[in-house]
Amino acid sequence: MAQSTSVSALIKEKRQKSKRQKLENLVPAFLFAAASVSVLTTVGILLTLIVETAMFFSEVSFREFFTSTEMQPLNRNNPTFSILPLLSATLLSTVIAMFVAIPIGLTTAVYLSEYATESARRVLKPIVEVLAGIPTIVYGFFAFTFVTPVLREIIPILDRTNILSPGIVMGIMIIPMVASLSEDALSSVPNSMREGAMAFGATKFEATVRVVIPAAISGIIASFVLGISRAIGETMIVTIASGSNKNLTFDITQSMQTMTAYIVEVTSGDAGAGTTAYYSLYAVAITLFFFTLAMNMLAKYISKRFREAY
Amino acid sequence: MAMNYIDQEAVSRQLPKRIAINKIIRGLFFGSTLFGLVVLAVLLYDVITDSWGWINWNFLTSVTSFDAANAGIIGAITGTLWLMIIVGPLTMILGVATAIYLEEYVKEGRVRTFFETNISNLAGVPSIVFGLLGLTVFVRMLGMGSVVLAGALTMSLLVLPIVIVASQEALRAVPSYLREASFGMGATRWQTIKNVVLPAALPSILTGMILAMSRAIGETAPLIAIGIPALLIPLPSGLFDSFTVLPVQIYYWTIDAALNAELASLAAATIVVLLVVMFILNATAILIRNKFQKRF
Repeated sequence: MAQSTSVSALIKEKRQKSKRQKLENLVPAFLFAAASVSVLTTVGILLTLIVETAMFFSEVSFREFFTSTEMQPLNRNNPTFSILPLLSATLLSTVIAMFVAIPIGLTTAVYLSEYATESARRVLKPIVEVLAGIPTIVYGFFAFTFVTPVLREIIPILDRTNILSPGIVMGIMIIPMVASLSEDALSSVPNSMREGAMAFGATKFEATVRVVIPAAISGIIASFVLGISRAIGETMIVTIASGSNKNLTFDITQSMQTMTAYIVEVTSGDAGAGTTAYYSLYAVAITLFFFTLAMNMLAKYISKRFREAY
Repeated sequence: MAMNYIDQEAVSRQLPKRIAINKIIRGLFFGSTLFGLVVLAVLLYDVITDSWGWINWNFLTSVTSFDAANAGIIGAITGTLWLMIIVGPLTMILGVATAIYLEEYVKEGRVRTFFETNISNLAGVPSIVFGLLGLTVFVRMLGMGSVVLAGALTMSLLVLPIVIVASQEALRAVPSYLREASFGMGATRWQTIKNVVLPAALPSILTGMILAMSRAIGETAPLIAIGIPALLIPLPSGLFDSFTVLPVQIYYWTIDAALNAELASLAAATIVVLLVVMFILNATAILIRNKFQKRF
């Protein structure tokens, strides 16, 4: 009796096993397909940007785009295309943002990692990180309806839309990023190094400046570079609070349009598909793409190349 | 060789100054840490005072209107929900599958480096560029127009890297002895993943998922780029209907506030709703993490 049931059980098991084996072979194929989506996304981004940018440069010369200074894409009679005004706005807003984010982010990181007690750290760190979770549209509203009016009380010549206010607010948005990445770098410096410095009579501040920060410098610089990349790609704050003036200027009290804000203006406006203004979108986007990509790769290179191993 | 002894007198002369500097710096750095907190408080105060009196049942349940007093955000709320219904499951399936592939099947080598480099670069691409991808491929090339599906697909691609990285970390935190025990019992690789690894990693995966969703409902730029309007449109009831979402509604009311100050209040009121939704999502994520996450 035992014999006969075991035979049928054996057949049943074998069938199940082959079914299982089939599934076992199918699963990796499905997983690979899912993983390919992210690769296809990259390919998609590159292809759309390159193809449409090629269309743009068949109508506008490289030279005009990168060296002329007039940007009037929607001018009916004589549209001109130059990325320089957009680049100067992006550069200025990024510099202003980093003037806010680097000092405050780094000192916050030092306080949290070197001075704060464990319980204070546990309370303060999440609060600082809440700033990173607030949608950029909310920061844009804040810059436009609160920061700009306040700044205009102090600087009366400030335009109603200007690059200063969104630059500052963008800096505030980037503080948590710089603080959190720098703090990781500082915390990974072994305690023995702090103790060594303090055994020589250094105060906490001296130990931090002379020993801990130099030891963590690669991670700290990488956090700055990532912050810069974030500022370059930030869109809503500058779109709302900096207006759409496309003059090549370095006057931070004026309205200026960054590369990202230009993309928003043209896509939400009425530049029909197929017009030069429409294709210019992609030429600007590909410039933006390569700037942020370069910054991200630089950050990775710095943190890898100059990392001290303990 | 004679040693240079430390000049005790000079050291003790400078010591009070050095200690004082340390104390001042400590205070300054603490102040700078509080700066973020103060800004957060000011921002919330600004938004809440601007929206005071505007958030009521009528505001939450009416469709938008040119008359500020009667305008509501039910359209934007419905649109945001539609977006979530698609982005959630889609990114969950793709993200977790990618993470399983990388963590459980490929493990190491060139293939994995290739995928991971690609994912981390993708995570650094500005969201507006994803918007252009959506505009070019979904809206124009595939001819969808600015509908729910086009917006949801664009948003899915944008948050996918976040979900993948969170899921990878969750899978990596599952100790290998659990897998080995399962293999030792005769389970196949997929059985081990399905019955042992995934259940153990699920709370962390869900936490990452919810945080990604919270990012998705706050994103504005890519949706504006694909042409999501904030006009009087009927409520979306399917994948191929026009729609708008909360942040896009905030955008259009904010830029029009120069013409009509009441619109700033509407924008502020919508911001409060958006922040409350995000707060609930984040609180849920923390709750799941604290309640279900196992430490191995």
